[in-house]
Amino acid sequence: MAKDDLSTHLKYVGTRPDRPDGLDKVTGRARYGADIAAAGMLHAAVVRSPHAHARIIKIDTSKAEAVAGVKAVVTRADFPTGLTGEDWNLQENTMAGDKALYDGHAVAAVAATTSLLAKEAAELVEVEYEILPHVTDVDEAIKPDAPVIREGAADASVPEGMPANVVKYMEFGHGDIEAGFAEADLVMENTYKTEATHQGYIEPQACMGQLGKDGKGEMWVSTQGHWYIRKMSAAVLGLEASQLRVTPSEIGGGFGGKTTIFMEPLSLALSKKAGGRPVKIVMSRAEVLRATGPTASASMDVKIGMKKDGTLTAARAEFRMQGGAFPGAPVDMALYCAFAAYKLPNVEHIGYDVLANRPKCAAYRAPGSPMGAFAAESLLDEMCHKLGLDPLEVRKKNAVREGDKSSYGPKFGSIGLIETLDALENHPNMQAPLGPNQGRGIATGYWFNHGGETSVSMAISEDGTAQVSVGTPDIGGSRASIALMTAEALGIPYENVRVNVVETGALGVNEPTHGSRATFASGKAAVESTNQAIAEMCRRAAAEWGIAPEAVEWRDGAAHPAGPNAGDFPPMSIQEIAVKMGETGGPISGHHEGNLDGVGASFGAHAVDVEVDPETGRTTILRYLVVQDAGRAIHPAYVEGQYQGGAVQGIGWALNEEYIYDDKGRLQNPVFLDYRIPVASDLPMIDTVIVEVPNPGHPYGVRGVGETGITPPLPALANAIQNAVGVRMRDLPMSPVKVLAAIKAQNG
Amino acid sequence: MKFHSPTSFAEAVVLAQNSEGVLRYLAGGTDVLVQMRAGIVTPDELIDLKKIPGVFDITRTAEGGWTIGVGVSGAQLGAHAELCADWPGVVDGMELVGSTQVQGRATLVGNLCNGSPAADSVPGMVAAGATVSITGPEGDRILAIEDIPAGPGRTNLTKGEMITAINLPPRGENGGDCYLRFIPRTEMDIAVVGCAVNLRLDGDTITEARVSLGAVAPTVLLVQDAADAIIGTTLDDEAVANLMAAASAACNPISDKRGTIEFRTDVAGVLAKRAAKFAYARAKGEVIKGTHL
Repeated sequence: MAKDDLSTHLKYVGTRPDRPDGLDKVTGRARYGADIAAAGMLHAAVVRSPHAHARIIKIDTSKAEAVAGVKAVVTRADFPTGLTGEDWNLQENTMAGDKALYDGHAVAAVAATTSLLAKEAAELVEVEYEILPHVTDVDEAIKPDAPVIREGAADASVPEGMPANVVKYMEFGHGDIEAGFAEADLVMENTYKTEATHQGYIEPQACMGQLGKDGKGEMWVSTQGHWYIRKMSAAVLGLEASQLRVTPSEIGGGFGGKTTIFMEPLSLALSKKAGGRPVKIVMSRAEVLRATGPTASASMDVKIGMKKDGTLTAARAEFRMQGGAFPGAPVDMALYCAFAAYKLPNVEHIGYDVLANRPKCAAYRAPGSPMGAFAAESLLDEMCHKLGLDPLEVRKKNAVREGDKSSYGPKFGSIGLIETLDALENHPNMQAPLGPNQGRGIATGYWFNHGGETSVSMAISEDGTAQVSVGTPDIGGSRASIALMTAEALGIPYENVRVNVVETGALGVNEPTHGSRATFASGKAAVESTNQAIAEMCRRAAAEWGIAPEAVEWRDGAAHPAGPNAGDFPPMSIQEIAVKMGETGGPISGHHEGNLDGVGASFGAHAVDVEVDPETGRTTILRYLVVQDAGRAIHPAYVEGQYQGGAVQGIGWALNEEYIYDDKGRLQNPVFLDYRIPVASDLPMIDTVIVEVPNPGHPYGVRGVGETGITPPLPALANAIQNAVGVRMRDLPMSPVKVLAAIKAQNG
Repeated sequence: MKFHSPTSFAEAVVLAQNSEGVLRYLAGGTDVLVQMRAGIVTPDELIDLKKIPGVFDITRTAEGGWTIGVGVSGAQLGAHAELCADWPGVVDGMELVGSTQVQGRATLVGNLCNGSPAADSVPGMVAAGATVSITGPEGDRILAIEDIPAGPGRTNLTKGEMITAINLPPRGENGGDCYLRFIPRTEMDIAVVGCAVNLRLDGDTITEARVSLGAVAPTVLLVQDAADAIIGTTLDDEAVANLMAAASAACNPISDKRGTIEFRTDVAGVLAKRAAKFAYARAKGEVIKGTHL
């Protein structure tokens, strides 16, 4: 559809009403994970390994069990055996078996009548460890003589003879890489490293679980995806999935980190052992940082060939990533995204997923893409410097367009990279004058976005209002967006639509809110569901009028005869149809489910101006611009919020956030004082431009917008710092300590 | 845990003297309560000092100095116009501690007795030449601020002793002070290096100076060499270079997750330079609110 059609015909889509969940959230009425309580509820505490790698010789729980008020203690012995594959990984991560695999790995859990008693009893659990050599750095972990996390963990992709901690290997590409480099006027190669970072959601993991001896259970939990929680918990505990009903709470941030399980199954295991009493577990911030899933750390070799005019001839990436003691580092995604913005006739990708003694990584906003961008976009910028080329011109020259073959294989459909780069170039920030020690950096970023398994129902209420039941928890304003699209389709006010995030018993399977999919997929399914209800309302009107249903059309919230030949009847409003639907055939509803396709990828481009204090190495952000293709901004304020939030997380990753381990492999900064996410006063208002190149695969043109924004800040800041003070930072974070050391080295 | 709320320092001294196990004093509580919640310290006895009359007072002394009670919060200090005019560096240091919410509770004495080498309010008090009044089983005594910390988390107070007030000297004419700290962010952080400079001018020439460094040694330092580098000068380039060298030379830091030895040593010199320039400007009569790096 043409963009102009969208703009002129839409009444609700594209407006900025208050979010339906806003009042509850600002008044404290919203119920988050830790707000859930039930009669007879017990509180849990988890015993965690203080060692990075240790054999568990013996666990003595007798002293803890003897504490009055303690109702259950569980260890791995309370879990079923015989699991394989990712089910086993999840179980092993939930509760350590033979070995503790990282600092913070759970080894036992206690449920007691109060939280203080549970903590006290947890300290009485005696665990005998045999400390083993450990490894936390990816480049150390891939060495042939590194401590082995787990023998036989590699999958079939790993060729014979590779180091034991390599558990997945990949290589892919196209063209003739050597011929491509031979064609270039300049070939450069460098190594880049990024440290693991945490999503830093403000709400720690929290849940209340209840499980009877009959295998029937319930859970209330802060999550991005309650069907995933159900499937994973059922697998880990040997339950039938349908016997476990999972209800999501309001969620205080997730960013990918709440798409999987950590301590959730422990609440069920403890509950079962405590006679079915509900058990609540609330993680502390230290537990969140030590034992939930940050993203992977990466070590990346990149080689690019460029002609004097900036044309790219070839590129090669070899990435090593550790995602903790289990397979799953997003090295594949990092490789797919690294060169995605550019036409590349010759390209080669090699990837290694490596085990190390760190917590099991989870998704984090565009998993892998920020690392890939840091390596590729940094080197590209270095080459522009070397050849004296304008970095924006070079990006425009090589930018992919619709129909181009992507670096990772498939042809691009409708995309808006060129439009995004043009909008960046035309923004006033690009003309702002820069002073001494100030520099500007630009970079692009990419995310595929995702459709996925989706099931949505909607129903018309007796008064002509509408309710929509979705299975994707609202982490970024999706209830508002889905209500706007439903209101648009029905032709009734936004306020007349209520969108509910419902529990696992109410719908078919839904994937989590991940892959920037909630507004795309649940929104698309909500529109399809609404169209079914509209068709039914047209049938009801047709029956009353005594005409064929095909002769009725729906507009402005009412059924109308389709034309003069259909008959002369006054419009029948949704209220009129709804109030008597009990007599005209019963409830009116709609339902849509499927693996939703038609997803539209989103490119972004950022420009940042920094000032670097040459005497302290501290980087101050003067102005920051996010430009990104939204396809169609259903609720522009929340699109801007996603752009700003992504940028801020990327800025934190670039400048100060990192997992710091001591020589024993213990995390040194499991607290927000020393795990430095940016504070509000660190940043200027983030400027945004929403580019709209509609996605033809969505009824309103939506692309996902949540993830791309975290990707460009890493290289954009490195590029800006070089332009400010001349040093090229290839190792994140670009903390003052490192930047000052680089400046001193440069000055001799 | 026993919780005491004495209504006089004499009563508090008896309670402290007779206490068993781990004793903590509660003023603002912004360290003690956090440490209790984190399981770092579980006191057997807690003595709350806030019920003692006068602990929230800021009083001008007969000589023109100031007496600050042990319960006075950062917010109270910041709202006291005369004190801010006299000792902006001391007040700036205190106001850097924690958030706005923490400022409503946190106290100078608590920050001092927590014993952190990175305590933001302590270098400013050291540079100002402040003292503390102490009472205890053996009677009263007065110590310089720099003599209170004994090492990370420890003080030189003996069992039963407690601080009853902070004493700031008279500001006098042509004086200025400043505290600066380095943190990777802009707030809500802990000093990687801190530096306070207090000086007095005769015309353009510095006649008196005190320089204090935080987070570069086990305790906050009073650096005489750094002061000597600028006394008798007009803070010219050579004096500044000598000041920077002396400040860096005084550092005996550790490398940890917050900074390296090299970084702390370098930045101590940079902060000394910048703090001295602010202090000099203030001594010249410039009003500079909330100094930044």
